[in-house]
Amino acid sequence: MTALLPRRGLAQVLALIVILAVDRMVSPQFFDLRLQDGRLFGSLIDVLNRGTPVALLTLGMVLVIATRGIDLSVGAVMAISGAIAASLADSYGLPIVLTAALGAGLVCGLWNGFLVAVLGMQPIVATLILMVAGRGIAQLITEGRIVTFSSPDLVWLGNGSVLGLPVPVVIALGMLVLTAAVVRGSALGLLIEATGGNARASELAGVGTRAMILSVYVWCGVCAALAGVIAAADIMGADANNAGLWLELDAILAVVIGGTSLFGGRFSLVLAVLGALIIQTMNTGILLSGYPPEFNLLVKAVVVLAVLLLQSPKLSGLAGIAMRLRRTKA
Amino acid sequence: MTPKALVAASAMAALLLVAPANADQLTIGFSQIGSESGWRAAETSVSKQEAAKRKVNLKIADAQQKQENQIKAIRSFIAQNVDAIFLAPVVSTGWDSVLKEAKEAKIPVVLLDRDIDPSGKDLYLTAVTSDSVHEGAVAGDWLAKTVGTKACNIVELQGTVGASVAANRKKGFDTAIAKYANLKVVRSQTGDFTRAKGKEVMESFIKAEGGGKSICAVYAHNDDMMVGAIQAMKEAGLKPGKEILTVSIDAVPDIFKAMAAGEANATVELTPNMAGPALDAIAAFKEKGTVPPKWIQTESKLYTAADDPQKIYDSKKGLGY
Repeated sequence: MTALLPRRGLAQVLALIVILAVDRMVSPQFFDLRLQDGRLFGSLIDVLNRGTPVALLTLGMVLVIATRGIDLSVGAVMAISGAIAASLADSYGLPIVLTAALGAGLVCGLWNGFLVAVLGMQPIVATLILMVAGRGIAQLITEGRIVTFSSPDLVWLGNGSVLGLPVPVVIALGMLVLTAAVVRGSALGLLIEATGGNARASELAGVGTRAMILSVYVWCGVCAALAGVIAAADIMGADANNAGLWLELDAILAVVIGGTSLFGGRFSLVLAVLGALIIQTMNTGILLSGYPPEFNLLVKAVVVLAVLLLQSPKLSGLAGIAMRLRRTKA
Repeated sequence: MTPKALVAASAMAALLLVAPANADQLTIGFSQIGSESGWRAAETSVSKQEAAKRKVNLKIADAQQKQENQIKAIRSFIAQNVDAIFLAPVVSTGWDSVLKEAKEAKIPVVLLDRDIDPSGKDLYLTAVTSDSVHEGAVAGDWLAKTVGTKACNIVELQGTVGASVAANRKKGFDTAIAKYANLKVVRSQTGDFTRAKGKEVMESFIKAEGGGKSICAVYAHNDDMMVGAIQAMKEAGLKPGKEILTVSIDAVPDIFKAMAAGEANATVELTPNMAGPALDAIAAFKEKGTVPPKWIQTESKLYTAADDPQKIYDSKKGLGY
């Protein structure tokens, strides 16, 4: 995998470097880092910290997409787990709060997985159900209010630091290593890719495709729940109306920028997380640039288009033909 | 069931539910948008309190953010022959036919919190709304008065791009501070009215303005974004409320908590009490035939740390914000 990374990930790494360079241009202090109350402080840290929720969603989403599925419900699952964590935080200890919040994510994942793997529903429809209903469930839990808490343990998850790095970043790194170890340290990753490449052939070859599909949705739910807890801890409150809103689209985009096809099959965890970082580097750059907010979405769209064009095999094919033509003419 | 049959059935069900009230007691139907925000929840609970205070029988129909549900609710109120209808319209257009039905039934309609399209002006009795341009102006005036003559760099957290409230609150503030050469908005970005985005955008403002040392004041189009911004300032080692002035709009309970802790300076209230003035207008209209003005503007009251924020927090937190 490491040997593959330089060639496969070239477009993504290039894109990240270019966007970082543009950020440095619009904001000269972009790479400045200093210590503030024992934690690193600077725009680069903001990119990592703010990119954490989408990076976590991406870890689950990339596996789901590798099985040729999609999970639209992750934003709603974030809202549910955040609402649960915030409502329990001031009366129970952190282990119970985390178990309840992540457990809810697991149940949501099981529900999605059951609809897709057992009932054979199309993933986009199956997860759309929870996308809509989930936010409603979260609003029921918070009664439509922003539930605030002051439990120092949970606040630490969002605002604390370990060795100068924000805790959310450390958690996301840990989850990346854990996910990579599980799917790449065993044959699991290969089986997931096989399921996405051709479910029927894999089934006939003896791969438990149902179990594969069910487990990736469960993992996606757990990752989303963790992202929801961190998002709630960050603002010391659960905002059921807005937590994770539209983040499912950012997560899908990150996976696609990371070079994983929506048609399933081969996937890369590291590149998908890199995709999440590319999106956040761009977002932070837009905020620092001082342009009027009316341009935000336009700039984002243009950059995403450029990154995707960079990866397009047809386009690089065309570029190759053009170069060859020029050479033969000369 | 066809939509018509559904309306008929729900209207009949509603008729059966009408309690035999006192002959002189007013019955008013209120088509509320739904639980879109904490403010909306507070408006519902304050409406109930205001109705109870005046011994009015207020029936609230929750539309779950859908216009078709509001239209159904209004039709059912007409079928019940209520004395008046309150409507918090979820969108500004598409009300003509149902409001004509109310007019034919001689039931006065009062709009709460939001106005509708100008084509329907003769279809309702009055609209009780806040002036969001004025809210921005109150915030700007307070800041100008507090800062005095020293130079002040302001950063602004805007509401959602395209929302009329955001545009109006910006306009009011800009006009108010335009008179003072020492006040300048140096950065302005949208925080989507949310805490999380308010915090993220404030983090970037702090970095872009040399660690926040050159920022003199923050203006946020709502309190939620300000609560997020206050967290960002504290994490950057700045002292909001002392080194950096804050002024925002809405007056939700949590901003009073920040104010009591000395971390916020001022907020302009968007009062959740829209029903009170509406109930008074209806009572006067029914008893004496007084026709109210087409627009009843609610007060945009300014609150600062001098107003005992802890007490206001305690009184507001039970309202469902």
